[in-house]
Amino acid sequence: MSGDFSWIRPEPHGIHVVPADVWIDPSKPVDRALVTHGHADHARGGHGATVATPETLAIMKLRYATAEGAQPVEYGETIRLAGGVDATFIPAGHVLGSAQILLEHAGERVVITGDYKRRPDPTCPPFEVTPCDIFITEATFGLPLFTHPPIGEEMAKLLKRLSDNPERCVLVGAYALGKAQRVIAELRAAGHTDPIYLHGAMEKMCRLYEEFGVDLGELRLVADHTKEEMRGSIVVCPPSALNDRWSRRLPEPITAMASGWMRVRQRARQRNVELPLVISDHADWDELTRTVEEVDPHETWITHGREEALLRWHQLTQRRARALAMVGREDEDD
Amino acid sequence: MQSFAALIDALVYTSSRNAKLQLIADYLRETPDPDRGWAMAALTDGLDFPAVKSSTIRNLMKERVDPVLWSLSRDFVGDTAETASLLWPDNPQAGDAPSPSLDEAVQRLSAITRNSAMSELPRLLDPLDASGRYALIKLATGGMRVGVSARLAKTAFAQAFDVPVDEVEEYWHALTPPYAELFAWAADGADPPDTANMPLFRPFMLAHPLEETVVDLADYVAEWKWDGIRVQLAHVGGETRAYSRSGDDISATFPEMIDALDIPVVLDGELLVRGDVQGGEAGGAASFNALQQRLGRKTVSKKMLAEAPAFVRLYDVLMLDGEDLRALRWTERRAQLEALMARLPDTHFDLSQVVEADHFDHLAQIREGARDDAIEGLMLKRRDSPYVAGRKTGLWYKWKRDPLLVDCVLMYAQRGSGKRSSFYSDYTFGCWDGDPDKGAELLPVGKAYSGFTDEELKKLDRHVRQNTVNRFGPVRETDKSLVFEVAFDSVHESKRHKSGLAMRFPRISRIRWDKPVHEADRIDALRALIRD
Repeated sequence: MSGDFSWIRPEPHGIHVVPADVWIDPSKPVDRALVTHGHADHARGGHGATVATPETLAIMKLRYATAEGAQPVEYGETIRLAGGVDATFIPAGHVLGSAQILLEHAGERVVITGDYKRRPDPTCPPFEVTPCDIFITEATFGLPLFTHPPIGEEMAKLLKRLSDNPERCVLVGAYALGKAQRVIAELRAAGHTDPIYLHGAMEKMCRLYEEFGVDLGELRLVADHTKEEMRGSIVVCPPSALNDRWSRRLPEPITAMASGWMRVRQRARQRNVELPLVISDHADWDELTRTVEEVDPHETWITHGREEALLRWHQLTQRRARALAMVGREDEDD
Repeated sequence: MQSFAALIDALVYTSSRNAKLQLIADYLRETPDPDRGWAMAALTDGLDFPAVKSSTIRNLMKERVDPVLWSLSRDFVGDTAETASLLWPDNPQAGDAPSPSLDEAVQRLSAITRNSAMSELPRLLDPLDASGRYALIKLATGGMRVGVSARLAKTAFAQAFDVPVDEVEEYWHALTPPYAELFAWAADGADPPDTANMPLFRPFMLAHPLEETVVDLADYVAEWKWDGIRVQLAHVGGETRAYSRSGDDISATFPEMIDALDIPVVLDGELLVRGDVQGGEAGGAASFNALQQRLGRKTVSKKMLAEAPAFVRLYDVLMLDGEDLRALRWTERRAQLEALMARLPDTHFDLSQVVEADHFDHLAQIREGARDDAIEGLMLKRRDSPYVAGRKTGLWYKWKRDPLLVDCVLMYAQRGSGKRSSFYSDYTFGCWDGDPDKGAELLPVGKAYSGFTDEELKKLDRHVRQNTVNRFGPVRETDKSLVFEVAFDSVHESKRHKSGLAMRFPRISRIRWDKPVHEADRIDALRALIRD
């Protein structure tokens, strides 16, 4: 540790890398942005130049229609920014294309995780532990009550409910980017080969995943099929469509939701969920704390989520940490 | 225990009434005695393990989880039992101990004392998974919170074994958990329990709100709705009992009433304490506030008996001299009740008088004038109505007086519990202690968490989050920019709030997004509404 890390500055609207004048995941338009992954609370449109993985850039192009100033960086590739700052994109295991960003300047190393998880995910390469001085982490599920069960258990629950109700369908609410494709890929891995029906809003993202080599099996659009055809099937939709009029076209849907928040009963009840599936693309409490232990940074900075509890854990384990007040980062659906 | 836990989870995630009935009925048919009886007891709040309290659970957790992490977690989840079930650490020493049956769990919980709770509860919790722990803690601390009323559970029981629910209700109170005789009767065709000679609770007849209905006074009779607690007094087989509306035995709380009744009769009336607010001095009843001092006590001091003696204002008679009168018309029962008054001591009983009115509009005028008498409103009873359990459409109506209204300013908000744990849904509001344009301050006068729709709750939650000026643990102080029109039944002197006032049944009547805060009411205006 030499300097005071004044070259990296957390601001409410993003992390500012001062010598290079670039921003990490800025929530307002800037000249030059480094983007960890394609979720809307990290990837906004309208920047002069956007540096991200090719997958993330493709997702942003799909969402914002423009791709001006797109600068693709492969995993493991290091690029030189202005002011003597090097940036390396490292897999974060969160969704397709998600990356941690390692910044190096004057012998100091800072890792920004973006969002991440440690569980295997058939749709993206796994998180890589990267030693650093400052570890800037998320804490979406930063309370000790959050332990995500093995995904196989949740898949078994889902398939059991489906086979118990051959005349109905199971409607799974899942975040349109990442969660939906992971659930579908895990269903395939569990041996479910039947066609899976999609809400129209999910189609393009699933196709994009397929273009990047993620096999999702046979997908059909709900709009193209009758109620009769969908009996005994799994239907995937965005969480917002779960209690929407849209679902009336389905055969007596059993409402399921794939989210880490489903660990808490009342969260499931708030959404009228009958079949809660505890599936998250974020690190749970054990993953968060284990990751800090493995990275073993000089100091942890916490961007968003339940930062108080993770701060407390640092205090109890005699580690240095601070909370950054980042705005607009909350994943109520994940 | 696991199948009971599965039932509880399934009920939590089911909102349809029919689906809930089905789940419970299936469980009751598939589960052997005595487990299914204990499950019925749990669903109807019929179990009590006094040595296990919510604080016991908190203390257990304190030994296992850092207190800061515990309270952050508890705050997020909004429920102690669920938080504990999720945070309970695996105990490697527990090994593969089999999870206890529901019967075994109940037996072991019953044997727990205050001293053994801290060592015995972990032994029960260790072999269970998170769902099992949740069900066990809820079972132990009371209140399953699965959206199932006692009535719904009994209806499911009736449905499971195809027996009439009113009979279930009647026998229910003669029996104790795990209700072996009830299952023997319903499931195996044994004789029904003999209840004729027991001082049992007979389910109350209840009323629907009148709302927009207009009734013909030729068919309906009006009575005051007294502001006390509904009570049933039963003297059968030489024993007297007092029951509250929910069927709880409150004999010990009102011993003077038990001593005052010694003829074989089952009576329905309003329990009040002596005073001069309700019905003027002649009426002789104190306000509800005075009665409240006597509620919920297991023993009563002599001083209290002397200062606030109870009496019952009678509405109806259900049984007399061993004869069941409930099938008779109201007019016939009323005649028997009036004749009966001579056999009851007038120190402890009087008759709820019929309110005479020429026509419905006249009655409406009388009701308007009822404010000063601190009466809850009027009851309208069909003259030919039999006495039947629960609410039957068209027989009895309650016609509550309009609430009092006052404009208050939102001051603090707190997150709700259960389904509302992620919303700021509990609001503390205040009135001005003088002229707000001359520097007056707001003083809290009450707290409300109802009266708004789910849509309004979302807007209020957003308002709180966007206008927070201070945080005190789970409480947020807002910038005091929003006016609520608060409805309440009455207001009393109280030390609970800095303003020295407390409202009864406050609820949000309207959210006045449009109203400037300096136009909200002053403390003086509220104080002027006190009628104690």
